Amino acid sequence: MDYTKSITPTHLDILKEVGNIGAGHSATSLSMLLDKKIDMTVPDVKVISFNELMELVGGPEVVVASVFLRMEGDIPGSLFFVLSIEQAERFIKKLIADEDFSLKKTPYSELGLSAFQELGNILTGSYLSSLSDLTDLMIYPSVPALTIDMFGAVITHGLVELSHVSDYAIIIDTAIKEEDQLDIDSVKGHFFLLPDPNSFKKLFDALGINHEK
Amino acid sequence: MKNELAEIVKVGIADLNIVKSPNRIRTSGLGSCVGLILFDKINEIAGLAHIMLPDSSLANQTTINHAKYADSAIPLLINKLVGSGAKMRLLHAKVAGGAQMFQFQSSNDMMRIGPRNVEAVRRILQTYNIPILNEDVGGNSGRTIEFDPKTSELMIRTVNQGTKKI
Repeated sequence: MDYTKSITPTHLDILKEVGNIGAGHSATSLSMLLDKKIDMTVPDVKVISFNELMELVGGPEVVVASVFLRMEGDIPGSLFFVLSIEQAERFIKKLIADEDFSLKKTPYSELGLSAFQELGNILTGSYLSSLSDLTDLMIYPSVPALTIDMFGAVITHGLVELSHVSDYAIIIDTAIKEEDQLDIDSVKGHFFLLPDPNSFKKLFDALGINHEK
Repeated sequence: MKNELAEIVKVGIADLNIVKSPNRIRTSGLGSCVGLILFDKINEIAGLAHIMLPDSSLANQTTINHAKYADSAIPLLINKLVGSGAKMRLLHAKVAGGAQMFQFQSSNDMMRIGPRNVEAVRRILQTYNIPILNEDVGGNSGRTIEFDPKTSELMIRTVNQGTKKI
């Protein structure tokens, strides 16, 4: 049976709260790093097809800057921190105090990439540690890896594990928005948490919710 | 899955479709996935499969999506092509994708999914005696591909290396 079938609206609400706590901690870290107010919207938890997932940032071909890590331990899964190119550029410029930094053409500045990688480390780290504190589960993150490429190519990396059992993903999505940026950005920043199919039971058990009746 | 009258038929992830000239067929954002083109140059008909995984025996699903796995997508695509007027013995292949998007020290097989997809596609095409005319596989860049059955050209776009044709 498809693992997504046993997920009820209550489960989705719980996951939303899990995402909310993770994102809240990350937003605090990010706003401290950049010295500006960062809003993270209430996470959106959805059961969606792989192709719908591609559309979340505007299509599979949209170029994004992404930090990816694998979670190991009690609840294996994938975590992506995804920014639009423009947003990533703004953050990096601020971090390295270099207005000339650009992600529009290669080769990218090593210093800038390294700053972005560190930003990803800090944000994913605070996301996961709050998740671990909340659930009392052990989560060991892999070393985060950075890539700048088409969203479709990037996100499928996190779908490999669950594509063995389903054509749907349960995704915990959090949009990141800078206070002084208007909503015109077609692509906002996102956290995508994609637990592996077997992780849901452990996650719900840890939170005291019966997964399968 | 129906062939619309649009100029360019788009194929999603873990999906496949076919086109006849003058229409073209396209899939976007191939990472570790493999974009397989099978085409009959004489009859100007081509199919594209956006393959995600090498082997359906790994599946843990009651109903499997045949387009997702190399071993089930290839026969399905051949059937569709032959059913629409392509000749089996005229089929040729072009292959793109199978990149490794993130570099890890880990030797975990899941992380090597791109190269494994490519190996599976090559092996299965061989059992059907379908020659691969060109391929652009591996590396660590995402690809968008578009095939024109009229010219048998496969356009490949990457973020950093622009567009090329094979």
